[in-house]
Amino acid sequence: MKEQTPLSERIITRSIQVAGYSSIVFVLLILSFLIREGAPAFFEVPLKELTAIRWYPIENYFGILPLILGSLIVTIGAALIAIPAGVGTAIFISEVAPQWLKEILKPLVEVLAGFPSVMLGFLGILIVSPSLRKLLELPTGLTALTGALLLAGIAIPTIVSISEDAMNTVPRSYREAGWAVGATRWQTIWGVTLPAARSGVLMAIILGVGRSIGETMTVMMVTGNAPVLPLKWNSLFSPVRTMTATIASEMGEVATGSTHYHVLFLIGIILFLISLAVNITASAIVLRHPKRAERILS
Amino acid sequence: MIQQRTTSESKRLTQKIGFSLLGMVAALTVLPIIAVVSYMIQQGAPAITGEFITGFPSDGMRSGGILPAILGTLYLTLGTAVFSVPLGIGAAIYLAEYAPENRWTRAIRIAITNLAGIPSVVYGLFGLGIFVLFLKLGTSILAASLTLSIMTLPVIISTSEEALRAVPNSFRVVSTSLGATRWQTIKRIILPQSLPGILTGIILGLERAAGETAPILFTGAAFFLPRLPGSPMDATMALPYHLFVISTQVPGMPIKIQYGTALVLLFFVLIMNIIASVIRSRARAKRMW
Repeated sequence: MKEQTPLSERIITRSIQVAGYSSIVFVLLILSFLIREGAPAFFEVPLKELTAIRWYPIENYFGILPLILGSLIVTIGAALIAIPAGVGTAIFISEVAPQWLKEILKPLVEVLAGFPSVMLGFLGILIVSPSLRKLLELPTGLTALTGALLLAGIAIPTIVSISEDAMNTVPRSYREAGWAVGATRWQTIWGVTLPAARSGVLMAIILGVGRSIGETMTVMMVTGNAPVLPLKWNSLFSPVRTMTATIASEMGEVATGSTHYHVLFLIGIILFLISLAVNITASAIVLRHPKRAERILS
Repeated sequence: MIQQRTTSESKRLTQKIGFSLLGMVAALTVLPIIAVVSYMIQQGAPAITGEFITGFPSDGMRSGGILPAILGTLYLTLGTAVFSVPLGIGAAIYLAEYAPENRWTRAIRIAITNLAGIPSVVYGLFGLGIFVLFLKLGTSILAASLTLSIMTLPVIISTSEEALRAVPNSFRVVSTSLGATRWQTIKRIILPQSLPGILTGIILGLERAAGETAPILFTGAAFFLPRLPGSPMDATMALPYHLFVISTQVPGMPIKIQYGTALVLLFFVLIMNIIASVIRSRARAKRMW
């Protein structure tokens, strides 16, 4: 005997299903609108000019290479700072610090995670950039290095919390086994705990650094916004401009449907593809270590 | 014997040095946060007066208050909640309670992680393309809220799903065996049990939305408005955008007002953070399982 499901329940079930599938719809919508507005750029600007080294839209120079390299140099700088700082802090919190210190450190990292990016930019303008200028005797404090330092602040909370999580899920018995064979706590961290948690730590780094590639307001406010090719030895200490900052600072002033407008959307497509690549890499790591993924997801 | 003692001593020394280095790294990471927050409070607190909170900007924003920006951020946050909360909880219920383990469900999960990774400025472009131009909503609170909701969705879905899954399976079994339908079980048993976790996720998602600038840049943020927005179709000032404007676009801006504005924004975000942790810890204490 099978009872008929009441109509109201069937409607609710259906709406829940629709909500469930909405994420797919949104990803496809985002991609199609980016393509719809960005693809015309390919017809309006020859590919050779798009990959040129000069970005000067007012005179129709749409070379996006300096912007890509600008994003790259700032992100690499941020990664060089954020990876040791983030993983080191995570190890300290998870393996070394006594309980009372953990209770202080973890909320503080969460406070940093809650900082709106515009506020990091604001602090960069008022505090970091003037101090860097004085310290390194630069003509301007708005440089790639300033951006990298502050972007590290964006990446660090992600790296700390995911790596700490990963190390926490390493069973205590693993560490005990290390101690039992005479290893010190220090040796156990490097020889046992960290290798056991490596896929989680790697994912933390990828997601943290991935977040900083897409960061907009902070870099726009502190990197000086000069679309020059950052290839000289001192590029880190001079102004650059990232892809994100270019979109944010120029979209407000372009005419809808103009070539400039289309190229800005094209840069959006590039950013979308980068975030896609970052995510695929991160999930590939999770899939290779399904056990860890289960623990993280459960 | 002597040999052994020296190796164990040198091991201990290595550990001591290693731990101190790790401690220094942690201190270098965390101390600037304390320093910056206290400096901001010290610099910004004198600016925060009743007039600053309840007044309108005057003299080209160089004096007066920031009420329109505070209210604007409130409107945008509420607007985001209106769209993202029902949709997010619905999606979470689907994933936790209904979804079969098949290719489609995997596709949904991939889509969610993708949404979470898309840069905020790309959401801004998308919002401009679809809501402002294609659906002709103009730069408005509505367009900005819709943009922010899609950005917030992955946070709400994943935290809510986690909360729903944390409810022990025996609850479902017992409820079903008493004759409840699936939806009745969800509505009466699963949702109430997982409510604190869901609320925490909602607040954390909205906290992010409240602090975002890039997605509202071309979808609803206004440089300056002499009056409050009258309807969801109006553009609005917002705290994060206002902070951006007064720290980069207005020459001769008094430092005190800049720090005051930053402090109000920080307060806004921290309060939500604190509410979320209070809900979480109280729920943990009261939990029946």
